[in-house]
Formats: sequence, structure tokens, C-alpha cells
Amino acid sequence: MRITELFNDGQFVVTAEVGPPKGIDCSHVVKEAKEYLSGIHAVNVTDNQSSVMRMGSLPVCVAMKNAGLTPILQLTCRDRNRIALQSELLGAAMLGIDNILCLTGDHTRMGDHPGAKPVFDLDSVSLLHTVSQLEKGVDLAGNELVGEAPKFAKGAVVSPCSDSVDAQLAKMERKVMAGAEYFQTQAVFDSEKFISFMEKAKQFGKPVQLGVIIPKSAGMCKFMNNNVAGVHVPQHMIDALAADKERAKAGITSVEIAAQIIKECRPYCQGLHIMALGWEDKVPELIKLAGL
Amino acid sequence: MLITELKSKEILDSLTQGKVFIINCHGCKEVSFPEKEAEEFEKALGDKVTGILTTDYVCNIDNLPLRLEKHAAAIEAADTVLVLSCGVGVQTVAEHLPGKRVCAACDTYALPGHQGVTPLEHECDQCGQCYLNITGGTCPITACSKSLVNGQCGGAKNGMCEVDPTMECGWERIMRKLKQVDRLDVLKCPIQLRQYNK
Repeated sequence: MRITELFNDGQFVVTAEVGPPKGIDCSHVVKEAKEYLSGIHAVNVTDNQSSVMRMGSLPVCVAMKNAGLTPILQLTCRDRNRIALQSELLGAAMLGIDNILCLTGDHTRMGDHPGAKPVFDLDSVSLLHTVSQLEKGVDLAGNELVGEAPKFAKGAVVSPCSDSVDAQLAKMERKVMAGAEYFQTQAVFDSEKFISFMEKAKQFGKPVQLGVIIPKSAGMCKFMNNNVAGVHVPQHMIDALAADKERAKAGITSVEIAAQIIKECRPYCQGLHIMALGWEDKVPELIKLAGL
Repeated sequence: MLITELKSKEILDSLTQGKVFIINCHGCKEVSFPEKEAEEFEKALGDKVTGILTTDYVCNIDNLPLRLEKHAAAIEAADTVLVLSCGVGVQTVAEHLPGKRVCAACDTYALPGHQGVTPLEHECDQCGQCYLNITGGTCPITACSKSLVNGQCGGAKNGMCEVDPTMECGWERIMRKLKQVDRLDVLKCPIQLRQYNK
């Protein structure tokens, strides 16, 4: 099922993301997703996230689908040129994977193979354009596809709390031009910033899912503030996590913080995207506390 | 060696809607410049042209300010400063005329051999699809770690590139210039796709 149908239906669409393993056994990832994420609408499967080599997104998407979940194939432009990306998309369609999220991808230097060649033949915008072409029954070079054309729910990302909101909005508009049908955001900790971003982004008329990370500790928040683009955790949240280490360790404060952000932002967006980063078991509690 | 070639008539027409000041760079001798075609093109523009500066080494930042100063009135009267040079020349002029719309009239192609004498501040990748007209005179191929041609990625932190925190994000520079010359509308241009067979 394409998640665009849920948005069209007026539903508040909830997704979460999981990362494939660095190995050949993905049963643990699937088991966890089945246990903790079967109550939500769909599960993103990351594509060598943070440029760290792992099993590919597509085989794990298929395993998720076989387990009864709705997977979203994340596709980055870092490791494949336009031929490989189109080939992957045709394969995904054949395997019944019809939700995708198109990203440029982190640079190879940021990951565990810093000497790898960064491809970036396409970027998130031209990848979305490529998918739109395939859906019309032609490839990027204009050659006709044989038989039925693929059809995907085409997702993209945007970073509402970036230092350069104008640049983000300009890129978001280009993604819409290229065919993006829904957006998932970078993690939001500042509701006011997100709400003011949504005031500007609503002109594009596409559903936006609020991105939320469950903050594990004060240290993790400080690390993100110093190193992760577009993420800024306010000091009062860091203080709350530092104040009671036992509650923080048990994830109680963390889930409360995330639920509060969701409650504040919910009236301004069309869905939620949870980046649990290993805390998938906290997702059901978060959903409950956020009143979803 | 490198070759500069005039952009298509359609693009040149779109760049010369208002008054134009022209800078021809007869460059380093490693650059093959389309002198005849440039002359015909400039002649056809007639009274749209407020002035022409033909020189060598536009990228020489010791001489450029003086050369531009001589033509200050004609540059002021123009809506667009059109530079016929390799990408380095266009970027150097754009930097020295911060409030002005500076456009590239040429695409630059690479040939084997010595690549000419250029300053370190700017680079031209000789991609054959010069993007400087949609990026306010900052090259997205050389100033962005991912060479992105459709806008900024989500990886800039405090205006710096995540790949090299000592380098300002190229798209920050691009956005700043486009705001300065009130040309953010160019980002609504068609989806850009690089062609590596050029």
C-alpha cells in the first residue's frame, strides 16, 4: 500500500525508521519492527545510513513486507549513478515495494569507508525527477520501458530547523516540482521553529511528517548540537535529561520530551516520523503518551 | 588547455533582456576563446550594450578592480554584467561586483594539458554546462563538496560544510548572493542534470 493513500484519506501518518545490519542476518531487525512498530503505518529502511556500509535497503524492505509491515525504501545518490538507481527502482517495483524516500545522502567522508568514491551523479531533486520519468514509462534518457510502468509514493526530506531555512524552502519547492508527494523532516526539538517553518511550507500543499528523535541522554543531545546539521536541542531539555539520570536511563524523561514536541507540533503537520535510533521498544509508549 | 564556447542563442537572449555591460577575457594563452562569435554576438546587441571591457587575465585580482573602476559608470548603467571567459573569470568578477547580476555567456570545456594560470580563490571544473547564471556567480560544482546543482543539502552546520568544517557551504554563498541581487527566482529553473559526456 502506498502511504500517499493514507495522507489523501486525511490520516495522521506515523512512520519510524530502522537500519539494516552490518551482516547477512536481518531477522533481529525484522523481529523488533514486528514487535514494536506493527502499530504504525510504515517503516523506513535506511540506505547505508551515515555512509556506514550495511546490508542494502531493498532486501530488508522485502523481509519487512514478508513480515506484514509496510516498508519505505530509502534511496540515496551517494553510492550509485543514474543507471544503478533506475535499475534499483525497477527491481523494487517488481518486488512490490512501492513507497520510496529519495535523498542525496551523506558524504562518503562521514562514514566508515572515507576513501570511497562519492558518486552524487544525481541528487535528491534529480532522483525524484527520474522516478517521475519512470512512472511515465520512460527512463531518464527518454527510452521507453517495456510493459507496465512502476508507481511509487515519492517521499523526500526537509530540515525545518536548519540555519538556512530559505535554502531549505527553495530546495523543498524544487523537490515538489520534481514530483515529491510527501515530506519527512529532520529531527525537531524546537516546536516554535517547526511551526514557523510549516507556515511557509504549507504553500506547497504537500503533507509533512514531523521528524522526532527520542533523546537518550544529555550527552547525546550535546553531541547532536555540536555535530548534526539542522538539529538543535534546547538547554532546558538537556537539563531535564541531566537532572534525573535514572529516569533518563529508563527512557522516561526522553519519551516525555518527544511526546511533548509531538503534541505541540501535531496541529501543524500531517504525520510523524520517529527516528528511534535503537530505542524501537520505546515507540509504543511514545505513541501512547503523545495521544496518537 | 581549455575551450570556452558561447552558450546557446536562447540562453544568451534570456541573459540580455535589459542593458548589458560586457567583459571579454582574452585570457591565458591556454584558453581558446571564441573571438569571432563573440564579436558578432556583441554587435547584434546594439544599444543594449553600455560598455565593453576586453582584457586578459580577468581573474587577476590585482588588476581587476582598477579595470572595473574605469568602466564604473557603464557597469552601473547595466542590468547585467555578461562575462565571456572561463568559469574562474566569471566568479572573480561576481565577487568584485557583489550587488550586481553577473552572468556567464560561455561554457568551459576541458582539454588535456596545462589548465592556464588561475588564482586559488576560485575554481572552474570545466564541466561544459556552466551553472554560474543560476547560482549568482558561485560555482556549485567546485564550491559544494557534493557538487550539488539543485540546491543545498541538509549538511551545513553554522554555515559550514559537514565534510570540511573549515569550508563555507557553497550553497550558503549562492543563497547570499541571490538574495543580495534579488534573484531567488532563478531557483525555480528547471531540474538540473549534469551530463558527463560533455
